[in-house]
Amino acid sequence: MHATTTKTAYHEGIRDGLPYIVMVVPFALLFGVVAIETGLTVAQTIGFSILVIAGASQFAALQLMVENAAIGLVLLAALAVNLRMAMYSASLVPYLGAAPMWQRVILSYLNFDQTYMASVHKFETEPDMTVPARVAYFLGVATPIAPLWGVTTIIGALIGTKIPDGVPIDFILPIAFLSMVAPMVRSLAHFVALLVSVGVSLALAGLPSGLGLLIAAGCAMVTGAMIETWLEGRKT
Amino acid sequence: MSYSTGEIWLIVGLMALGTFAIRFSFLGLIGDRPMPPFVLRLLRYTPVAVIPGMVAPLVIWPQATDGQLDLLRIITAVVSLAVAYRSGKVVRGMIAGAVVFYGGILIGFGG
Repeated sequence: MHATTTKTAYHEGIRDGLPYIVMVVPFALLFGVVAIETGLTVAQTIGFSILVIAGASQFAALQLMVENAAIGLVLLAALAVNLRMAMYSASLVPYLGAAPMWQRVILSYLNFDQTYMASVHKFETEPDMTVPARVAYFLGVATPIAPLWGVTTIIGALIGTKIPDGVPIDFILPIAFLSMVAPMVRSLAHFVALLVSVGVSLALAGLPSGLGLLIAAGCAMVTGAMIETWLEGRKT
Repeated sequence: MSYSTGEIWLIVGLMALGTFAIRFSFLGLIGDRPMPPFVLRLLRYTPVAVIPGMVAPLVIWPQATDGQLDLLRIITAVVSLAVAYRSGKVVRGMIAGAVVFYGGILIGFGG
């Protein structure tokens, strides 16, 4: 019984991870091509995608490396882009904190936007899932995404396959992310939090990479939690 | 670019370690110790607090148009949001957004 539910969860994860292939392939190809153009070796390019496995920060690092920025600055800017993942990490604790340490290490390595968003959505809508089933689901989502991210980077680096100039791929990312987040708006509090996130992020767009987003996210989380508390108080 | 091979590997290695440390931080160190209810409540808003803020500048000031407001991209964003919200299905939002965006470019509307 236990084994079957875990297995089912893993398969559901794979199914829910599959659509993200459309965003992984073009950006991994692009990263491979741009990294080689920047002057990285094939091994370094692949190393980036497999060891760091965080697209936005990889592009941020490349951009600064083109400008020959100080190494400390490259690291600071690129890691700032990834700080949102500390929030992901914290938000997974109630669902996956009870998993064994070695599993939490693997889950942490694979905790990027797509695995996080798909998993949290699943865990919220199905609160009765066991911890092993949740782990299996998370790994399922990562299965079509993570290896493909690495392999497609290699293809981009080796063949230099270019996406034709006339086809803008920049907007795949917003389309996918907005589609991911919309189903998670389930209350007035969620909706207002979303608006605060957008408003503050736009207002602070001038701040260095990642910083404005962190402040926006913080404001939005506090707003959401406060509205939820306030609505509860009104009911009683 | 004028970094040495070693320097590039140093960047890759430290970024890998730093990124893992960020991802491991709470999940790894807190484990199954209980968290205060208000913190849990805050964390439930993580997805709606992070993703819209990350995407908003890409929608309003797209790099592909050198930061110029682009009607097609705004319509696409609204359609993706609306369809995914109404259907509750990520895939439907993605398909609707892709149809609007690439359809719009095909008929020569923005891009």
